[in-house]
Amino acid sequence: MVDLLRIENLSIHYDGRSLVSGVSLSVNVGERVGLIGESGSGKSLTALAAIGLLPEGMTASGSVRLAGQEVIGTADRDVVILRGTAVATIFQEPLTALDPLMRIGDQIAEVLRRRARRDGRSASRADIAADVMRLMARVALPEPARLARAYPHEMSGGQRQRAAIAMALACRPSLLIADEPTTALDVTTQAEVLQLLETLVREEGMGLLFISHDLPVVGTAVDRVLVLRAGELVEEGAVAEVFDRPRHPYTIDLVKAARAFDRAIGAAL
Amino acid sequence: MSLIDLTAVSFSYGRGRRVLDGIDLRIEAGRNLGIVGESGSGKTTILRLLLGLALPTTGRIAFNGAPLDPGNRSFMRDFRRAVQAVFQDPYSSLDPRQKIADIIAEPLRSLNVETDISAAVAGALASVDLPPDAAQRYPHEFSGGQRQRIAIARAIVSRPELLLADEVVSALDLTTRIRIVELLKTLSEKMTLVLVSHDIGFVALLCHDLIILEKGRVVEQGPAGSILSSPQHPYTQRLLASTPRLPDFA
Repeated sequence: MVDLLRIENLSIHYDGRSLVSGVSLSVNVGERVGLIGESGSGKSLTALAAIGLLPEGMTASGSVRLAGQEVIGTADRDVVILRGTAVATIFQEPLTALDPLMRIGDQIAEVLRRRARRDGRSASRADIAADVMRLMARVALPEPARLARAYPHEMSGGQRQRAAIAMALACRPSLLIADEPTTALDVTTQAEVLQLLETLVREEGMGLLFISHDLPVVGTAVDRVLVLRAGELVEEGAVAEVFDRPRHPYTIDLVKAARAFDRAIGAAL
Repeated sequence: MSLIDLTAVSFSYGRGRRVLDGIDLRIEAGRNLGIVGESGSGKTTILRLLLGLALPTTGRIAFNGAPLDPGNRSFMRDFRRAVQAVFQDPYSSLDPRQKIADIIAEPLRSLNVETDISAAVAGALASVDLPPDAAQRYPHEFSGGQRQRIAIARAIVSRPELLLADEVVSALDLTTRIRIVELLKTLSEKMTLVLVSHDIGFVALLCHDLIILEKGRVVEQGPAGSILSSPQHPYTQRLLASTPRLPDFA
C-alpha cells in the first residue's frame, strides 16, 4: 500500500541559507506521527512543504509524495487536487484560518460543495445543510443550528478550532496534518480538543501528522515521534522509547525540562 | 507584615460586568505566590491592580499596610520602586531603538533613584547571566530567552521587593523556559515573586502559595503542595486533570 505521506531527504533553502536539511519521514494509514521541535527547528516548514505551500522564495529539494504523487516540482494546479482529498491541515490560530466575514456554517458548506463537485456528485442545498449540521455535531460544537449562523469573532477559541477541524473533516482527507492545533487554547479546552482529535482520527481511519513544541501534548496525541532541531532530524522512534530513553543530548534536555514541570505538579500527587 | 493586601476587591471595566469579584489576597515577603487561571479568569486585571495601573471599583488595596494613594507622588514612587513587573512577550516589551543599557536604566531614571547608573546596569546584567557587553547592543540582536533576561534585568535594577511576572515563559521554548525558571528561583532569594500564569507546572516549580481563579472569582487558595495534592474545587481538579504530562513508562 502507498504511504499517505512519504518525505525523503527534504531540504528547504531560502536566500542561500539552509532551513531544513535531509528530513525523511512517512505516515501510513491509521498511523499517528509526531514532529517535535522548538522555534526555528523547521517543523512548520516541513508541514508546508508536505502540502506544497512553502512561502514565496523558498525552494525545496528531495521528494514529498502525497498519496504516491510527487509534490516537489509539480505545478500548483496539480497539487491543489491533493489538498482536501489526500490531506487536510489545521493550524495553530483558528482565528486567522477562518474567514472573518463568513458565517461558520457557510465556511463548512463551501468545503462540502467543493468536495462534491470534485467527486462529480450533485449535492442539493438541503443535503449540504444536513451535512454541515452532522459535521458540527461530530466535532461537538454545541447548538449547531445557532453556531452555524455565527461569525468567527462570536465564538470562543476552542469553538473556532472545532469549526476548523469540521472543515478539515468535510474534505474526508486520508491524512490530517495538525500544526500546533492546541497551542493557542486554554489547558482545559486543549484537553477536550486533543480528545476529539484522537477519536476522529481513530474512527475515520485517518493518518495524523501532529506538529508541536509541547512534548506532553505530543506524547498523548501520537504513537511515533521525530525530533527536529535546527532543520535536522536528531532522533525518532516510538513515543515510549524516545521519552523514556532519549539518546540524543538535545532530546535528553527536552525530556528533562518537561519532566521538571511534570514533577512540580505531580510531586505532591 | 504583608507587602500587599487586597481586601474584598471587585473590578469592572466601565459599567460592564465584574471581571473580578470579591478578591481577598495577601502577598507576604518571602512567600512566592502563583495566580493561576485561564483566559477570561481576570488574572491580567489582578496584575494591573497589583501594579497600581488600575484602581478597584470596590474594596481596598494596601501597600505595606497603607492604602494605595495615586495622588501621593512620593508614596507611589516608593510603591513603584518596590513592585516591578516582567511581561509575556519579550519582543514587544523592549524599545527596539534603545540600547540595552538605556532600557535597563529606565526605572532608575523615571523613579529618580540616586545611584551609580552604569554600575547598577552592570549588576543587573550580571544577575541575569548576560555578558557586560550586552549593555551596548540593541534588542534585535538577542534571542527570545535573552530578551526576557533583559526585561528581568530592567525589573530588578531598582531592587524591588516584589517581582510580578505575567506569563513570562509562555512565549519561550521548553529548554529556554527551564533556564528562566532557574533564574527566577535564584532571584527569589532576594525578592518575592508573584507569578501570573495559565501554566500550573510553571508556577508549581516556584511558588509557596497558589490562588486559582475562575471567571473573576477565587475558587481555591492555599499552600501549593496541598492544592496540588488534594484539589478541593471541581475547577482546580479539572485544571490539573487537563494539564498534559509526559507518559510514565517506568
